[in-house]
Amino acid sequence: MRIVVIGAGITGLSIARVLTRYDNLEVVVVDKNPDVGWGVSKANTSIIHPCHEEDPDKHPLRTKLCLEGHDKWYEWTRELDIRVKWPGEIMAATSEEEIRVLEHYYELAIRNRVPGVRLLRGEELFRLEPTLNPEVIAGLYAPSAGTIDPIGACIALAENIVDNGGRLLLGRRVKGIRVGDYRVLGVETTGGFIQADLVVNAAGLYADEISRMAGISDYTIHPRRGQYLIYDRTVQPKPSRIIHSAPTQKTKGVYLVNTVGEVLLVGPTAEDLPSNMRDANYTTREGLEYVLKQAMKLIRKLPPRELVIRTYAGLRPEPSTGSFILRFHEDPWGFIEAAGIRSPGLTAAPGIAGYIEKLIREHVELKPREKWNPYRRDITRPKMLPATERNRLIRENPDYGRIICQCEGVSLGEVMEAVKRMKKIGVPEVTLDGLKFRAHIMVGRCQGTFCRPLTSFILQERLGLEIWSLKFNLEGSFYGVGRVKDLFKKPVEAGEK
Amino acid sequence: MIYDSVIIGGGPAGLAAAVKLAEKGYEPVIIESRDRLGGIPLQCIHPGFGLHLFREDLTGPEYIYRFIDRVEELGVKYVLEAYVEEIVNYSMISKKVRITSPRGVEVVEGKTLIYAAGARERTRYEIGLPGPNAAGIYTAGEAQTMMDMYGVMPGKRVLILGSGDVGLIMARRFVLEGAEVVGVVEILSYPSGLVRNIVQCLEDYGIPLYLQHTVKEIRARNGRVSEAVITRVDENFKPIPGSEFTVDIDALILAVGLRPRVKLLKELGVRIDPNSHGPVVNDWLETMDAPGVFVAGNALMINDYADYASMQGYWAAESAIEYIENKGLPSTRWRRVVPGENTRLVVPQYLSGLRDAWLYLRVSTPLENARLVIPGLGREIPLIHALPSLQLRLMLRREEILRAGEEVVVEAVKD
Ligand SMILES: Cc1cc2nc3c(=O)[nH]c(=O)nc-3n(C[C@H](O)[C@H](O)[C@H](O)COP(=O)(O)OP(=O)(O)OC[C@H]3O[C@@H](n4cnc5c(N)ncnc54)[C@H](O)[C@@H]3O)c2cc1C
Ligand SMILES: Cc1cc2nc3c(=O)[nH]c(=O)nc-3n(C[C@H](O)[C@H](O)[C@H](O)COP(=O)(O)OP(=O)(O)OC[C@H]3O[C@@H](n4cnc5c(N)ncnc54)[C@H](O)[C@@H]3O)c2cc1C
Repeated sequence: MRIVVIGAGITGLSIARVLTRYDNLEVVVVDKNPDVGWGVSKANTSIIHPCHEEDPDKHPLRTKLCLEGHDKWYEWTRELDIRVKWPGEIMAATSEEEIRVLEHYYELAIRNRVPGVRLLRGEELFRLEPTLNPEVIAGLYAPSAGTIDPIGACIALAENIVDNGGRLLLGRRVKGIRVGDYRVLGVETTGGFIQADLVVNAAGLYADEISRMAGISDYTIHPRRGQYLIYDRTVQPKPSRIIHSAPTQKTKGVYLVNTVGEVLLVGPTAEDLPSNMRDANYTTREGLEYVLKQAMKLIRKLPPRELVIRTYAGLRPEPSTGSFILRFHEDPWGFIEAAGIRSPGLTAAPGIAGYIEKLIREHVELKPREKWNPYRRDITRPKMLPATERNRLIRENPDYGRIICQCEGVSLGEVMEAVKRMKKIGVPEVTLDGLKFRAHIMVGRCQGTFCRPLTSFILQERLGLEIWSLKFNLEGSFYGVGRVKDLFKKPVEAGEK
Repeated sequence: MIYDSVIIGGGPAGLAAAVKLAEKGYEPVIIESRDRLGGIPLQCIHPGFGLHLFREDLTGPEYIYRFIDRVEELGVKYVLEAYVEEIVNYSMISKKVRITSPRGVEVVEGKTLIYAAGARERTRYEIGLPGPNAAGIYTAGEAQTMMDMYGVMPGKRVLILGSGDVGLIMARRFVLEGAEVVGVVEILSYPSGLVRNIVQCLEDYGIPLYLQHTVKEIRARNGRVSEAVITRVDENFKPIPGSEFTVDIDALILAVGLRPRVKLLKELGVRIDPNSHGPVVNDWLETMDAPGVFVAGNALMINDYADYASMQGYWAAESAIEYIENKGLPSTRWRRVVPGENTRLVVPQYLSGLRDAWLYLRVSTPLENARLVIPGLGREIPLIHALPSLQLRLMLRREEILRAGEEVVVEAVKD
């Protein structure tokens, strides 16, 4: 039988991966974007939470899946060669009142059986993290916290799904769910009808819209924006642990994260926006100021503004129910929801996948495959290799010796490998963001001012595409508006629309 | 093989250094990261190059091919598409540079090193311009590369942020390709570029210049920048409420300044001058922290003219020759150069008193009828019209420098 997963974010892809283990399931993932992970999953804080912030009384299922997800990431990141590190985190308190918050989470840590959590003060605290602001009076240390490359994880999952016989149909928006005889029959997309016996709604911010297409309207989703700044990798001091402020009702507080890319990430805000602002993923002056003000309380010295290399914003899909919505519907039969996947959805994703698998198994008999490949290798990164290995690689393919990104030392070989891998998972056309997320060009100090035109030119030579018509990401985001001199010849069409 | 000098960067500074060394019978090697020699002038198809060095008005490519042709004639060696991973200051007479190129990983060794890697551009994030991350927002250098190297139009309704020469020249460049430039926005109360460029690049084409304005907000539609909200600012550069207006655009070009590219020097332990953003050097253009490592061009400080970058290249080459012949530069007691009142930066930062030296400097605020004064030397130069954006240059004689104490203060005073 065929199962269509709507949404190639961390949730949908985790579910799809787990389901490729079964012989009698044909797995198809559909996404409106031309690549994977471009929804909520690309713009977040990247933390694999220890899960002592989850209240098991209020959200028992979420707590359970967060804990399961956290532990599964230990394995999944190895199997799939995903960039991750496990520095642990410190929840910092600057007042007696906040210490009480810390104590509350300490209690939850014990209840949730989160390992190794300790309340620290004074010398012990500052030895653990010397970059803390001296005003910090106590910290709740949770050694199991990790930070992951969230979009790298989506890409890895997608490649692994394809390796195991699953399919991705990208660049197709779901417009409707066809239902007949009280069961789902398939999904209507901008690229045509896709028959399906089971449909999983993992559409992130838009999950309520998809549910409505299947006649389910008992919840809504609104965006809660989070804004971030990224500092250059060279800034000092750079904390080695994840540092964050004590969470409030609404937010998990502001974080300082030395990411897997070794840049310093600072954020987010928590701004509730009306549900018609689901494309408001832009930063504002006020939002960034707020983040900086909060961060200043946590770290000894915040780097100068000049060393900010990028700012961005993400939108949390907040369900009106407050909790994850994970259901197998009897009417229409076969419609499954993995909706309202708000924070800590990234952490919980493998746990959610296991839960959805269980729901399906309760309704359908699943036959495990004999051969299933849990492994996937990342793109070859010459700069991580010893010189002799690198030389061998360059001799075989000189592109690995052509460094096109001066900031991060990325070679053309990596870019071309990224192109190949995009084709493999069914990315309809090469985009600049697709290359950025895979080869890690355009992410350093100069933000692509050197390597973007160069890469575009090389792609023109090798793939025969027009430089100007390369897109950053979405429809309309063309690099240029046409060729030089063309403006005199004819009105330019690109970029209009 | 031990070269006399390893030159990092094949732009106006690096090429000039290579030519000088080769002409004097020394053997340099140029390490260049792009797939051709030339640096930034390759993409500057406008005139304005060579006035100081050749007394001719050349385009960027014409200017730089004088050096490239000479490099070829002299048979200077160079490595293209080379990425410098690390510089090791092994000894006084051995500098090892580990590079990756399509040839593989190799170590290139020289008795001296001339660092001429140019500058990088400041981005929108660095100047704190929030909003969506959308297509159509480019630095001037990227836009210029798109247009003049690869034939791509970055936009057809363009707003330019920054009124330095780079911004002004780009405004004209866009108009000449049939685009509409809706304006040039400058936060200061005066334009940063040359008067000549204001006239020839803006006024001649009727492009509005918004002084004391900035872009407060940008908006995007369909993944591309679509609007910019421009606002007036007060003396503290704070937006004045109610003064906003919105322009429709499909490209925003940022010409908001350059910064010397110093990452490799920093890793070598070289001190960076917070005023020039370049390395701290003496009057041989040698870094004070790494003997035998010389710096020239935009890697040293941002120069108004490629000519100056090349002149610094000659200077560094001559210094390297002296260094090679003596296995180092003479021991001496250094005099520190300090920017005083109304002075933003001075390079070099140390003087030996053993030679004549050029001082390159910028004032920190616009000045009319002022004087540049170096009290310790009893030197005074009238400044009829000085702007921070105008690079000043003056020669100090050895005898004058000897008169100074430990500190040489350079200041600009109003009458
Ligand atoms: C600011 C912020 C910080 C966060 N920090 C953390 C953190 O540190 N740790 C953590 O664990 N979690 C964190 N989260 C939560 C986590 O990022 C999300 O829970 C998770 O990414 C949700 O993934 P998803 O796959 O459900 O949604 P998405 O990634 O949005 O995937 C949904 C996909 O569905 C597609 N889609 C939507 N509508 C349609 C349609 N009609 N047709 C076809 N496709 C469609 C979209 O294009 C998208 O690709 C954070 C979230 C935010 C916003
Ligand atoms: C739009 C614009 C207009 C201009 N107009 C004029 C004008 O009209 N007249 C004028 O005189 N000047 C003009 N200039 C300024 C002039 O281009 C610069 O002053 C000059 O190019 C600086 O020379 P340079 O050698 O220091 O640096 P660059 O020209 O930048 O050369 C540096 C070289 O080093 C290479 N490199 C960098 N890093 C490394 C590394 N790690 N390893 C190896 N190689 C490396 C680069 O690829 C480059 O080739 C203009 C500049 C711009 C951007």
